[in-house]
Amino acid sequence: MTTIYEPAIHLQQVSFLVKDKAILKSITGSFPKGKITTLVGPSGAGKTTLLKMCNGLLSPTDGLIFIDNQTITTYEPTTLRKHVGIALQAAPMIAGTVFDNLALPLALQGKKLTQQDAIQYLLDVGLDASFLHRATNELSGGQRQKVSIARTLINQSSILLLDEITSALDRQSVQDIEALIVSLNKNYNVTIIWITHNLQQALTIGHYTWVMMDGELIETGESSLLKAPTHPRVAEFIQGVNA
Amino acid sequence: MTYTSLSLTLIFVLIPLVLSKTFKLGLEKDTIIATIRSIIQLLAVGYILNFVFGEGSIIYIFLMVALMIVAATLNARKKGKGIKGITWKIVFTLVMVEIVTQGVLLGFNIVPTTAQYIIPISGMLIGNSMVLSILFLNRFTAEITSHENEIELILSLGGTPKQAIHRQLINAIKASMIPTIESQKTIGLVQLPGMMSGQIIGGADPIQAVQFQLLIIFALLTTATLSSIMIGFLSYPALFNARLQLLEVE
Repeated sequence: MTTIYEPAIHLQQVSFLVKDKAILKSITGSFPKGKITTLVGPSGAGKTTLLKMCNGLLSPTDGLIFIDNQTITTYEPTTLRKHVGIALQAAPMIAGTVFDNLALPLALQGKKLTQQDAIQYLLDVGLDASFLHRATNELSGGQRQKVSIARTLINQSSILLLDEITSALDRQSVQDIEALIVSLNKNYNVTIIWITHNLQQALTIGHYTWVMMDGELIETGESSLLKAPTHPRVAEFIQGVNA
Repeated sequence: MTYTSLSLTLIFVLIPLVLSKTFKLGLEKDTIIATIRSIIQLLAVGYILNFVFGEGSIIYIFLMVALMIVAATLNARKKGKGIKGITWKIVFTLVMVEIVTQGVLLGFNIVPTTAQYIIPISGMLIGNSMVLSILFLNRFTAEITSHENEIELILSLGGTPKQAIHRQLINAIKASMIPTIESQKTIGLVQLPGMMSGQIIGGADPIQAVQFQLLIIFALLTTATLSSIMIGFLSYPALFNARLQLLEVE
């Protein structure tokens, strides 16, 4: 990556093994501060593992991760996770209402979320106030993803990790979420790292792209690389997706 | 009861063996092993108790209770083998249960400080505590496995391990205590407890037998609550590492 930007997150020869199986293989690279970087690649490439490491849910078997130029281990895990927020792919919910879920990040800190603020977060992700007291088990997959995104925003993290958050959304909702992400990045300088299978999304929304395959970082650079990849495996992958 | 009469009760072992064979339940081997083990274990305990009661030494009482705790721990720990240090957590819980319950019973002179009282009561309470620990560990590991996403979510939002696992911990504590509480609600109506029945068959005054049974069921409530809560709060930190990451539970 020809970067002149300060890295929000830097990975140095990061590997991750599970029972001798390499999920990540010596990955080195940076996610520029204040930019949107998309992570693309086939399933099983290690993208989610990498995101979970940046949030501290997993630790590398080998290598170092730096967050704002400090090794990740120097952060208290709870502080790190508020600083580097993550919206998980499965959009897990705690039992209860949408409000219970939105209130969760602050409740964990002994604080309260006002209904007014909760409604604003819902509006930000394209859900109206009528959803506030709805039970989460009554929500559709797309609505769950929206609530999950809204909940992640509440900690006001300066780095946001998004794991396929638009995969269950309809076209209009995808556009709403994309606009929200761009606005967060533009207006609040939030660094976004976004796993997506939608290459068009990576091209139009992302400033930078990482292409990962089989636990390796194959190619990285400005998102335009997806139009003209230099690595044959990346070219083959893009051709496969577009076919 | 004569040994001839006792040997006739083996008919009760024969019935399940025949039924198991008929319906192909495959439980014949386990039934035979369980029968042989119960005969050997109970006869051995009978002779040991005879010796301990005869000697009346506090050292023998202590050794008997220690033996019960060791046996109960070895049995209960199998259900929590994925939890680091589970053996010592169970030992500590059982010792505390014994100290608290016997502390009240002996401290207030509710029962005499003799082997005849301390050993059987300890056996019932430690046995109950063991069952509670097994029920708790079984439910707790199942709760964690089925709610891993929820635990991970709370951790990912900056929650502590205690916050992340609170719901699963409380569910497991409650679930393990329910059988004790429910069985006490129907005691005397649906079932006559074993100890009370034994005393009555042995010729004791039924009111006296009921009084001792009440003593035991009250103590069992404390045992149940203490065991589940202690094992729960001692166990959950072992499920997370220093970076507050959830470890894999077997």
